Amino acid sequence: MPTQKDDVYGDHISHNFNDELMELKTEFLKMGGMVEAQLENAIQSLVDGDGHLAEQIRAKDKQVDKMEMDLDEEATLIIARRQPTARDLRLVISVIKMVADLERVGDEAKKIAKLTIKLSEEGQAPRGYVEVRHIGTHVLGMLHDSLDAFARLDSEQALRIMKEDKRVDEEYQAAARTLLTFMMEDTRNISRCMSVMWVLRALERVGDHACNIAENVIFMAKGEDVRHTPVEEAERVVGR
Amino acid sequence: MNTLNTMVTGEAQMPEESVIPAQEDKPEETVIEEGKTVGRPFTDDPKFKLRNVEVFYGQDRAIKNVSLDIARNEVIAFIGPSGCGKSTLLRCLNRMNDSIDICRVKGSLQLDGQDIYDPRRDVVELRARVGMVFQKPNPFPKSVYDNVAYGPRIHGLANRKSDLDQIVESSLRKAGLWEEVKDRLDATATGMSGGQQQRLCIARAIAVSPEVVLMDEPCSALDPIATAKVEELIAELSESYTIVIVTHSMQQAARVSHRTAYFHLGHLVEVNETKKVFTSPEHELTESYITGRFG
Repeated sequence: MPTQKDDVYGDHISHNFNDELMELKTEFLKMGGMVEAQLENAIQSLVDGDGHLAEQIRAKDKQVDKMEMDLDEEATLIIARRQPTARDLRLVISVIKMVADLERVGDEAKKIAKLTIKLSEEGQAPRGYVEVRHIGTHVLGMLHDSLDAFARLDSEQALRIMKEDKRVDEEYQAAARTLLTFMMEDTRNISRCMSVMWVLRALERVGDHACNIAENVIFMAKGEDVRHTPVEEAERVVGR
Repeated sequence: MNTLNTMVTGEAQMPEESVIPAQEDKPEETVIEEGKTVGRPFTDDPKFKLRNVEVFYGQDRAIKNVSLDIARNEVIAFIGPSGCGKSTLLRCLNRMNDSIDICRVKGSLQLDGQDIYDPRRDVVELRARVGMVFQKPNPFPKSVYDNVAYGPRIHGLANRKSDLDQIVESSLRKAGLWEEVKDRLDATATGMSGGQQQRLCIARAIAVSPEVVLMDEPCSALDPIATAKVEELIAELSESYTIVIVTHSMQQAARVSHRTAYFHLGHLVEVNETKKVFTSPEHELTESYITGRFG
């Protein structure tokens, strides 16, 4: 983490303002770390069939929710007190949006944990775990990289993450087809394979959220909103 | 004539801010390229056209090679730290700096294509076209009615009392003050609240049918409610007049203006659409100032 002295959000005449923004960034990254851990554990619990770990993940989701509310409140207070402008304003607005994405990732991890518990009761699914591990690793990496891009205000890294999203979608489609085939071969597999399908869906969603975070990092760094625009447009903005 | 003119338009005063550049520059101070302004300083068919304007107070160069267009019916805010020259430039637009002996203005300043500083120009007529509202409300120690009627009277804008009555009422209405004062037009203006006095000064300025209203921190001395009323008024007035407002409040500039001009040590650093200046300014000096990284 950069110190306050060399952080681009530091250096205000008001030291209190510096502190508030640093605090906001630090807490956001803490929440990011918590959610990353939740997701990693959720994938692990599924692959290992570890119901106990899955229960822990479900319980911990409350902490993630609390962090979301605390961060929203902190951001609101900064707006009320400081009327931030320019890069400070973009930071605060972006944090509010990204916190929602992180909370949803937390929810997806919780969903995966629930499915793990279900599968451990029904007996493991015969297929799909390789795909879960593969896509899981992929989106975990995207999430980690998006938080890293935020910490360093790195719009180029953010752009790379945006480009990854398409690959995740393709991997998900391929995995879904595989599972479908398997379900058609033996209808007794359907219930358990569907559980794995939901896990894959949740992971694909995590990829989307990582992408959203990346789009916000570009907004913070470059001052332009690249949502709902082609990747080429984002490339132009980042290259500016 | 000049004294009379000063009475009509209010006080002419030495600039309060120092024109000596700040001594405590940061070591890695960004170099400003003289005469280069980032953003959109020029417009089509401008009301004011300023080119290579320089203003000196004695030996001190307070305005450095500034070129800017001010569009018709726009509200443009001048912002910048104390001593940056924003009030100095504002006062050039209606030659209020004439009354400061050591002040010299160079370069080209045009209003509707005509040189403001042409020696043959009637300064009184200029100041009727380009009115001014000051930081501290300064109503005359006369009645509300006479405050507003003064300008039209001396400019011969109304021959009959009924015409004058109409001008006074219309001006007070436009300034959002009519309902509050219509039953006490004879009351002394100095007995009104600060916010009312300032709106009276605005009414006084617009009573002579100006084309431009210059405002030098018009809300600094007002409470938040009065400030809000004056800001609402500015939005309405811009439909009929061009408005140039100097302000220390970032939020006010963001609320009331269409374009914002950032001044720094006499240089015009950036001019852009206000929403751009306050969300993603182009120049790092602009961003440093508006985010409170230096004053």
